[in-house]
Amino acid sequence: MTSSESTDVLVIGSGFGGAITAYHLAAGGARVVVLERGPWLSGEEFEHDFKFGSSSTRVFDFVIGDGMSVLSGNCVGGGSVVYFAAMPRAPRFVFDRQGRFGHRMWPGTISRDTLEPWYDRVAEALPVTQTGWDTVPFSGGLFGAACDHAGRTANPVPVALDQAKCTNCNWMMAGCRFDAKRSLLLNYLPAALAHGAQIRPLHEVQHLSRTDDGGYRVHYTVLDEVDYRVEVDSGTIDAKIVVIAAGAGATPVILKRSEPTLGPMPHAVGRYFSGNGERLNTAIFDEGRIREVLGLSRPDGVPYEAYQIGKGPCVANWDKLDGSLPEYERYSLEQLYFPPGFGTILAQVPDAVGPTWFGAEKKELLRTWQSWLTVFTMSEDDNEGEFGALPPSGNAVRLSQQMLARGSLRYQPTENTLRGWALSDAEVRDILERDGLSRVMPWTNDVVGAYTVHPLASCRIGDNPDTSALDDRHELRDHPGIFVTDGSAVPAGLTVNPAMTIAALAERAVPGIVAAARERGVPVRYGAPAPDGATSGRAAVLPLVRGTVQR
Amino acid sequence: MVLEAYADTILPGQKRWPGDRAVAGVSPDGGAVAAGALLTLRSEEGGMAPALDTLADRLDEHAQEYAAETGLDLDPTVPAFVSLDYPDRIRLVQRLTDPTHPEREAWTGLAMFSVIAFDAAAHSHTEEALAAGHVGLNIIGFRRPGPDGLWRFDTYSYGRQLARPHPDTTPSGSPA
Ligand SMILES: Cc1cc2nc3c(=O)[nH]c(=O)nc-3n(C[C@H](O)[C@H](O)[C@H](O)COP(=O)(O)OP(=O)(O)OC[C@H]3O[C@@H](n4cnc5c(N)ncnc54)[C@H](O)[C@@H]3O)c2cc1C
Repeated sequence: MTSSESTDVLVIGSGFGGAITAYHLAAGGARVVVLERGPWLSGEEFEHDFKFGSSSTRVFDFVIGDGMSVLSGNCVGGGSVVYFAAMPRAPRFVFDRQGRFGHRMWPGTISRDTLEPWYDRVAEALPVTQTGWDTVPFSGGLFGAACDHAGRTANPVPVALDQAKCTNCNWMMAGCRFDAKRSLLLNYLPAALAHGAQIRPLHEVQHLSRTDDGGYRVHYTVLDEVDYRVEVDSGTIDAKIVVIAAGAGATPVILKRSEPTLGPMPHAVGRYFSGNGERLNTAIFDEGRIREVLGLSRPDGVPYEAYQIGKGPCVANWDKLDGSLPEYERYSLEQLYFPPGFGTILAQVPDAVGPTWFGAEKKELLRTWQSWLTVFTMSEDDNEGEFGALPPSGNAVRLSQQMLARGSLRYQPTENTLRGWALSDAEVRDILERDGLSRVMPWTNDVVGAYTVHPLASCRIGDNPDTSALDDRHELRDHPGIFVTDGSAVPAGLTVNPAMTIAALAERAVPGIVAAARERGVPVRYGAPAPDGATSGRAAVLPLVRGTVQR
Repeated sequence: MVLEAYADTILPGQKRWPGDRAVAGVSPDGGAVAAGALLTLRSEEGGMAPALDTLADRLDEHAQEYAAETGLDLDPTVPAFVSLDYPDRIRLVQRLTDPTHPEREAWTGLAMFSVIAFDAAAHSHTEEALAAGHVGLNIIGFRRPGPDGLWRFDTYSYGRQLARPHPDTTPSGSPA
């Protein structure tokens, strides 16, 4: 095959891992092309609509696996467009985790302390600020009050949200119509464009091969903008450096499909997938008890009935983020909203006589939907996910025109994972059922398996080549010039929302990618400010990279 | 008719007319069928449409096996699954959606589409569905949008501190 197109750096995927690296490399002077398999929407194209074919299905991806389903973004901006923008940093103990092999999973060079300046860069760029109690929606307030009543603490979480613009519409998963959510569409990506990067939507990368000059050829198909099952074109681009950031559900599949042309992948590619230990519980609140026990009521006198009102997770309980507890027993709990449809089907009827997730009792439960509260556990799972047979294209077989697909991820929770879930379920019950406040049931795993919105670790960094696919600079072992900077690089569950850590790792990976590009003759330099020109984050990291990267 | 009966088993409704056979009539107001489950299943976007006839036939076969096994007499004037009463429909759907059933993905898929029709009206614009009094959105109490078709909640917060923060919290609000 002949190829007419070439670039210095080819980035696959435009979520956190892709947008951040694309920006810095373009700002440093490299020619950058970003291929993104999803559409490119913004502003008014983000609809308040559940209809199939509206933005809620165009930008969203739901892949059903065997024992685990993965939700993620499918658009320019990736998960940042559909996410809830909770951006806490990972607790200190996370970086010392050992997991089932009994050795430190994170590279020795990374700890909370060494990552802190990179977290700061992200916090400045998006920016990230702490939610104030005055802007916590009713659901977060209710969760906080219940925690307090049970003798627990509760924290408003840091978020990438412009509170002044937020209308508390709770349509975050369909993309933010009001530009209140600080998605990558508002910072890194426009800044990358301003520095000449090209972003091509509806371009799905299938595999890589080598070029004669030691670079890589990236093979893609172009998808129909309405029916993503239809391929309308295909092509290749040659690049000196490839940054793979297709997300933890897709990156290992691209690499596995490239084995016939690139040679064997490290053992850890497509293994050790973590669902971030996620688990959801639905509490059905008794409105009267909310008033009597917690003394809460809205300005109109109603105690709560406000499940629909708000903006995703705003209040979290971090009492079990205690480094002195044994591994697998540490987790956080977070108040959350899930819109109707996929969120409601998995809710189970407490004390059901018949089936718990469908039937007459389930219909009755739906009548109380406005009195629901969802609580989200992020715990320490056992990295037990593994990818199976390769789908013909992409990372899954698409069943619907958009959104719904069947993938090959297998996930059978181990005793460790199950124990963490059981402990957190009991904790949620203890807090929320106290004094008859509510009745609580976990989401069923019987319908689509466990559920994660935080896929991680399918191509992870580490010091041990047997259990990690990438070195601590995010370069793929035995395949120089290929870097992986998305959630798949994170070694293990984080016990909190991961995007802040994924983003900080991507920031941290950039100087190494710049160095590799320079070795391949690309005239690129490290040292761009934040996308809006702010420089304090840069000032803090430059001393760390001086010496490794010539400026 | 068979698929209607399946959707009605997932979220049941009232009979649409006397003698309605697909809808078992075990709930006092509209269920998944009235909410538009068939429209959602048949929608081009959903991708289920090409499989529906096969699924309906397959469901009837399962109903016949179930009836034979449990010694039930089926009414030959309607499809086998429709002939089952609600408790038997429930038991059969439980069996088909059990994690060990080889065809479970097809049956949970049908269930998912039935639910998404009921509480999200995925076959229609949400604003229009609400204006037309969509039964599922009404039952869950989904609020109406503003005049421009967008949702905004001016009043949304209790507006006061309701818990003590964890003592190990950094000034920027993260776990220490
Ligand atoms: C509903 C929801 C809510 C969430 N809320 C939060 C939250 O509040 N806080 C938090 O920290 N995290 C949250 N997350 C998770 C967060 O969005 C992800 O952790 C994060 O986006 C992962 O970043 P990434 O760079 O690894 O991948 P992604 O952001 O998923 O980006 C990968 C991109 O690659 C594209 N892609 C995939 N395959 C290909 C291919 N073959 N070719 C080209 N492009 C491809 C995808 O379309 C996607 O745009 C949420 C996720 C969801 C789904």
